[in-house]
Amino acid sequence: MLHFERWKIVLILLTCFLGLLFALPNFFSAETRAKWPGFLPSRAMPLGLDLQGGAHLLLAIDQKDIRHDWLTNLREDARRSLRDAKIGFSAIGISGEALQVRLVKPEDTDAAYEALRKLVQPIGNQILGTTGDDIEVRRGAEPGVILLQPTAFGLRERLIHATSASIETINRRVNAMGTAESEVVQQGRDRILVQYPGLSDTQQLKDLIGQTAKLSFHAVHPTVTAEEAQTTRPPVGYKIYQSGEREDDAGYQSAYVLQEVPVVQGDDLVDSQPAFDSQTNAPIITFRFNQSGARKFGNFTKTHVGEPFAIVLDDKVISAPVIREAILGGSGQISGNFSVDSANNLAIQLRSGALPAKLTIVEERTVGPSLGADSIDAGLRASVVGLTAMAIITVYIYGTFGVYALIGLLVHGVLIAALMSAVGATLTLPGIAGFVLTIAMAVDANVLIYERVREEIRAGKTQVMAIETGFRRAFTTILDSQLTTLVAGLIMFWLGSGPIRGFAVTLSLGILTSVFAAVTVTRLLCAMWLKNAKAAKGRQVAIPI
Amino acid sequence: MFLVPDFKGHDIFPHHLNLPIMRYKELCFAISILLMVISLGLIFTKGFNLGVDFKGGSLIEVRAKSGEADISDMRSSLTALGLGSVQIQHIGTAGDVLIRVEQQEGEEEAQQVAAKKVLDTLGEGYELRRVEIVGPAVSGELRMTGLIAVFVACIAIWAYVWFRFEWQFSVGVLVGLGHDALITAGVFSLFQLQFDLGIVAAFLAMLGYSINDSIVVADRIRENMRKYKKMPLTELLNLSINETLSRTVLTGVTTVIVLLSLIIFGGEVIRNFVFCMLFGVLIGTYSSVFISSPLIEYLGIRRDAMDEEPAKAPAQTS
Repeated sequence: MLHFERWKIVLILLTCFLGLLFALPNFFSAETRAKWPGFLPSRAMPLGLDLQGGAHLLLAIDQKDIRHDWLTNLREDARRSLRDAKIGFSAIGISGEALQVRLVKPEDTDAAYEALRKLVQPIGNQILGTTGDDIEVRRGAEPGVILLQPTAFGLRERLIHATSASIETINRRVNAMGTAESEVVQQGRDRILVQYPGLSDTQQLKDLIGQTAKLSFHAVHPTVTAEEAQTTRPPVGYKIYQSGEREDDAGYQSAYVLQEVPVVQGDDLVDSQPAFDSQTNAPIITFRFNQSGARKFGNFTKTHVGEPFAIVLDDKVISAPVIREAILGGSGQISGNFSVDSANNLAIQLRSGALPAKLTIVEERTVGPSLGADSIDAGLRASVVGLTAMAIITVYIYGTFGVYALIGLLVHGVLIAALMSAVGATLTLPGIAGFVLTIAMAVDANVLIYERVREEIRAGKTQVMAIETGFRRAFTTILDSQLTTLVAGLIMFWLGSGPIRGFAVTLSLGILTSVFAAVTVTRLLCAMWLKNAKAAKGRQVAIPI
Repeated sequence: MFLVPDFKGHDIFPHHLNLPIMRYKELCFAISILLMVISLGLIFTKGFNLGVDFKGGSLIEVRAKSGEADISDMRSSLTALGLGSVQIQHIGTAGDVLIRVEQQEGEEEAQQVAAKKVLDTLGEGYELRRVEIVGPAVSGELRMTGLIAVFVACIAIWAYVWFRFEWQFSVGVLVGLGHDALITAGVFSLFQLQFDLGIVAAFLAMLGYSINDSIVVADRIRENMRKYKKMPLTELLNLSINETLSRTVLTGVTTVIVLLSLIIFGGEVIRNFVFCMLFGVLIGTYSSVFISSPLIEYLGIRRDAMDEEPAKAPAQTS
């Protein structure tokens, strides 16, 4: 047991050397590492947001918003279908989770049902065999009423689609903000996690990703004013739109009566940039349409010269200028009392496209860079003090073998850092605590072994036998106790989130390395000591323990 | 070619003590049961001071740019916002302040609005150190997954022990686990320490440590059962506990030292977290020595089951 084959020694030393190599990047700055030759590992442990500072936002897609948008579009489709089929209807409105169609003549019900059935579309993945209808058409309780309702399956498909589309859009927006190593990932079915390291003010980030940025250009009703529409009812096809927050400038109106179907939509935008008005020097946003957008916009402005049209963002009017001349080139500008920042944000939002649905922030965690740095300092200071005290105790109690235990600990520390760097596991503040705990556990392994050795010596065993039994007997105990902790660590990683995960990562990796370091490395050192001592002093040696 | 010059260690632990631990087991059981009952009572009457993670709401940590924060001014201006319960407390230095705003009526957005109001009211004089805003949906989920994590971890640990040892040991370990968890929870309730996601991690770690301790003793009991076939169970348990006592104490001391240094120097953010582990290590050490192992005596372990594995094989061949 105490005899080590040469290849084993080589393997142990090689492991230690590789560990050192992979742990090395953590001690140098990114600039130094960039200059290293390519064959050296240059990846350092990524630091968690709690250590380097940054923002963590968990966003959820508003399902109600998706349903409402869907029903609104469905209303237009239903209207058109019935009109095409020449079936009279008295009302089409959203009631609860369905669209309710009320026919003028109840005897038309069958014909209307057939016409509306055509709106149903099979959706889903044909390859996976998961297909179904997107909506359900059914007859209402009273005659002459037909209901159209999105199915649970259809809603789920829309949600999945909206989530992946949102991730793309957010990614474009966040990337446009700067060069930080931001991360946008899906969590669960309808959640999106945005992590942005090194950011102290999250407000800008929230403003940027919080807005749907659905842009559209609408015709303004030529005669009816918002006040009139509010008291009576907006004309058919028109709707009252509130004005966005604006200071009082010329032509300020709190609401507008606009045609519900837009002339052009933001989908047709190809580019949008912040700029300054050449006359007033106020921040503005310039935009450019694609071909079809340019044609629609050109046709509209040609026929409506002298009339106002409205630029609507997320159902709020941001400005309603009067068309002075036909805009044929497909590019234009939006002015609307912007600040430099808000103009920049809006340009980014328009450029990266609209979000398919409203997002709500369900969780926000921000750590300022100064607190992160303080936490690292405190963690390091505590580790140094605690480990020094522990080292003194260990050496005092176990003498030379105590030193070997510490060398084992050092290897353990290096190997954790190496593993975490190689795998790219993030180091967090609870992770530091977890690391410290594994140090305590690694010491525990050595304590178990050495106490056993002492016991065997007291029982009258020879020195060699005592060491050998000590290592062998303690090993099963170490294995049992470490494995239970590993079980706990893996479960924490599997079920946990945030701090629990960070802790679990270092704990689990630490257990693996601590067994190697405390048992194998320390045993090698003890065996070498024994060999040397015997060679120097003959058969009678006193174990320094 | 030697690495380190020889110097002898100091075996400071008094051996051949043979403390009559088993004799005091009734007393320890009584104390522990009392503590557990008190803890349960505390949990049901006082409850927990749940953090933002589990209760929802916002937590905002700021540092005064002037170096000193005016708490009373802050308190009056923030309470005037009408956001319900707003806790304001100093942490660390004179300039650092922690503000907790309870969960607002309404949905996710209401929390955002409330936090923004607080930040706007504080104004330019304060540097933002940390903001945590957790909406009602997420806090509910975190509470649930936290509970599940603790529960599943306990079951898995218990199953492992049951698999590796006799069932009596696994019962002893399970009782020890419950004991440690309950009393630690009681302490959190008594002092109304903030209970958040990090504490769940600390809880699991401390349970891991406690198990560790129990397993070391259990291992020794099993070994001694094979070694001393005629020794009465009580005496054997006592011997096993005593034999492993030096290790239990030494490991406990080194772990406590490291945790203490984390409490003192580790900063405000992990103080509660480390406190939980520290308390857990102390109670876990106590329970493995005075509760889990003596309990085996009550459950009565079958000695012949222990002997069978190594002894029977040669007997059959002869």
